[in-house]
Amino acid sequence: MNRYPLWKYIFIIIVMVAGFIFALPNLYPSQPAVQVSASSTDFPLNDFTLNQISETLAAKEISVVETGPVIDNKVLIRFESPDTQLAAAEVIKETLGKEYNTALNLAPATPSWLSRLNPMNLGLDLRGGVHFLMEVDMKSALDKALTRNSEEFRTFLRSSKIKYLGVKRAGDSLVIQFKTEELRDKARGELKREYRNEIEFEDFETDRGAALKATLTELNINNTKRFALQQNITTLRKRVNELGVAEPVIQQQGLERIVVQLPGVQDPTQAKLILGTTATLEFRLVDEGNNAFTAQSTGRIPPGDKLFFERNGNPILLKSRVMLTGDYITDASAGFGQDDQRPNVSIVLDGKGGKLFAKATGANVQKLMAVVFIEHKTVVTKQEDGSIKKDTKVEREVINVARIQDTLSNRFQITGLDSPQESSQLALLLRAGALAAPVYIVEERTIGPSLGADNIEAGFKSVIIGFILVLIFMAIYYRVFGLVANLALTLNLVLIVAVLSMLQATLTLPGIAGIVLTVGMAVDANVLIYERIKEELRNGLSPQAAIQSGYEKAFSTIADANITTLIAAIVLFGMGTGPIKGFAITLAIGIVSSMFTAIMGTRAVINLIYGGKKRLKKLHI
Amino acid sequence: MNTKKMINFTGMRKPAMILSAVLLVASIVSLFTNGLNLGVDFTGGTVIEIGYTEAADVDKVRKQLTEAKYDAAVQHFGTAKEVLIRIAPQEGVDKSKIGDNVFALLKETNPDIVLRRVEFVGPQIGDELRDDGGTAMLLALAGILIYVTLRFEFRFSVGAIIALVHDVLITVGIFSILRIEFDLTILAAILAIIGYSLNDTIVVFDRVRENFLKLRKATTEESINTSINQTLSRTIVTSLTTLLVLAALFYFGGKIIHGFALAMIIGVAIGTYSSIYVASSSLLMMGVTREALLPPEKEGEDQEEIPESYS
Repeated sequence: MNRYPLWKYIFIIIVMVAGFIFALPNLYPSQPAVQVSASSTDFPLNDFTLNQISETLAAKEISVVETGPVIDNKVLIRFESPDTQLAAAEVIKETLGKEYNTALNLAPATPSWLSRLNPMNLGLDLRGGVHFLMEVDMKSALDKALTRNSEEFRTFLRSSKIKYLGVKRAGDSLVIQFKTEELRDKARGELKREYRNEIEFEDFETDRGAALKATLTELNINNTKRFALQQNITTLRKRVNELGVAEPVIQQQGLERIVVQLPGVQDPTQAKLILGTTATLEFRLVDEGNNAFTAQSTGRIPPGDKLFFERNGNPILLKSRVMLTGDYITDASAGFGQDDQRPNVSIVLDGKGGKLFAKATGANVQKLMAVVFIEHKTVVTKQEDGSIKKDTKVEREVINVARIQDTLSNRFQITGLDSPQESSQLALLLRAGALAAPVYIVEERTIGPSLGADNIEAGFKSVIIGFILVLIFMAIYYRVFGLVANLALTLNLVLIVAVLSMLQATLTLPGIAGIVLTVGMAVDANVLIYERIKEELRNGLSPQAAIQSGYEKAFSTIADANITTLIAAIVLFGMGTGPIKGFAITLAIGIVSSMFTAIMGTRAVINLIYGGKKRLKKLHI
Repeated sequence: MNTKKMINFTGMRKPAMILSAVLLVASIVSLFTNGLNLGVDFTGGTVIEIGYTEAADVDKVRKQLTEAKYDAAVQHFGTAKEVLIRIAPQEGVDKSKIGDNVFALLKETNPDIVLRRVEFVGPQIGDELRDDGGTAMLLALAGILIYVTLRFEFRFSVGAIIALVHDVLITVGIFSILRIEFDLTILAAILAIIGYSLNDTIVVFDRVRENFLKLRKATTEESINTSINQTLSRTIVTSLTTLLVLAALFYFGGKIIHGFALAMIIGVAIGTYSSIYVASSSLLMMGVTREALLPPEKEGEDQEEIPESYS
């Protein structure tokens, strides 16, 4: 009676040792580090670059603690203090140039034999950083698809030699107008074959005669949305890399949203500007034959023209036809003009763009060309009746007008920017590519580094104090059995930390609250068992029998109670937003591991203490 | 059999019922008239926490923001050096930039301030959270109802749910009466209370089931009373240890976790009370008898004892 078979002891010891090992990396503090990574495989990180870095750092008298091995074209360089880390990051950035990304990071200072294991991830509320939830403006993604389709219809009908009167937008569909029903029937057949699963065509009568109504199919709408989301995630990832953030999180959430988490970023304004803008460029010819001021005051815009405004607010008439859009830009970098030292952006176009632009500029030498800066902004407002209204505003601004001196090819420069900041930002945006559809921020949580440090301190303090209070209480109330329960409680805490580290789960402040709560509730199982043993003793059972029946009878109660709490934790997890999820994870892990430590763990120790004694008279409980 | 003196809990169920009724009515009335002081998580809007190097003049900050046409509530947060600014959702402007603009504005007059926290929640997120929160609550209740029905009997699960609704309503009611801000962490606390309250109730119910089968001569009321008494020390010890850690969270856990700890403390206190008085009383009121839990084949054997159980 009251003996555990050897395998149970071995099992408990294995779990215990594994728990301690996995929890161990958390004991080591993290060190300030700089993470250097190559932005493309054309520029590998090799001994040469590493040498270059260490030599420059040595020249600037910045001492390096350790330079790690190159893994996945990334290297971590550790420093003693955040100050040297900052200085070093600047130096490295300067030496290596834009082919390499430099990011501030915190690296765990685990010894090499442990370096394969990772400590828990700290959430943004504990380490500081920016969290954005961005929504993709799907309406404008679909608008874009429709506009593209209307262009395609025109080209298709022209090439199939079917005469049409026009293609017009009507709500969420396009209306193609024909002169006769015969033409429409012919067009319908051709179009249906061409766009089998993508677009539905429906006969339609307008006052001008027979027409076709083209609507995107459900499948096509979903594909367009999915593509816009994926494309935006890719672009955002590129932009974040340009920002220089270590371990960023860029994830899809739901069907229309993207989560962006930037640990360590302290300036949300800058991050927001870079991530949220859908800036792109357009090149158009200036209409030099008409007066823009007259057009503005009379409201009569000459045919084939569009009215724009320059930075200083002056109106300007540009041709409606676009010479080139920003889509063909493959690279862009900021710099200064050789003559006037004013900020500029050097642009490189891809082959097709280069040809297009050479043709367009070659035909218009000595004419004025304008560079139009385009930005989409989405403003969300809540209506009186509670519904949500989204307005997309497109802002177009002429940043530069210059006379075309010669045929421009795939490399040229644009000027007209106000500051070096602006030119480097525009270069970054052009380099990272445009967003497929505008995004706007629907939720932001920024935690400054000082608050992060406060939170982590407060969190650990409350865990330790709460834990010690419970230990003292249990030791006084249940004496020897209390001490055994305390052992189990300690092991439970270690196991929670180990599992969190193993899963690489993120520890947040609510997560710490979850741990604290489990500490309080984990003793419940032991309390149930011990109270039961006391009761059995009062009922006149012998100590050994009381232990046996106490554990046995308490088990179903413990299981019932924990499973119901587990149900609540799972629902919490499923509900899904960040802070609550963190709480639910630790609660769930705590419940499961407490079942193990409080039942099996304590029983093993109790058996070890009392199991062998045949004539046990009294229990210290 | 048991020499320990028993407290007649079931006998006290009338005054307990009156107390619960008063608390429930007060909570519901307050929820309808006062409503909840919903935080930015649910209403949408912007919260900015700013750290000053010395004690901050809240009135000055308020004046500065009013002059810049912000609809702002300004208060100290924790210490005099920290200021919390809440800005109601505004029409027309790009709301995601409000936080940055306000910080930039205040930094002009006081260059030493540091940005400690910005939370911006768009209007659509607030609405979704409210809906999701409600759904989560209902889902948790449904899951628990099913589990308890499977393990016990339908009337037990109704009893557990009554105790749960009682605890949650009164906790939320206290938040409404005291006008404490109700944010996402409080919602998490409420869901944790559901788990805790249930835990407590299940332990008592487990004993009731056991005693129904064991104490053949006892009436339903006696069985229930015995069960409450037998589990009493466990109920109190567990509540105590939980309250100990919650007190540690409340005092040392930092301001962000303050509301969570407070909600949990209220919830655990009420949960302890309800698992003693409310859950079992509702069993009695629904006329739960030991027969309901007996395995069917024993029915014949137990028949003669039925009148006794009803006495």
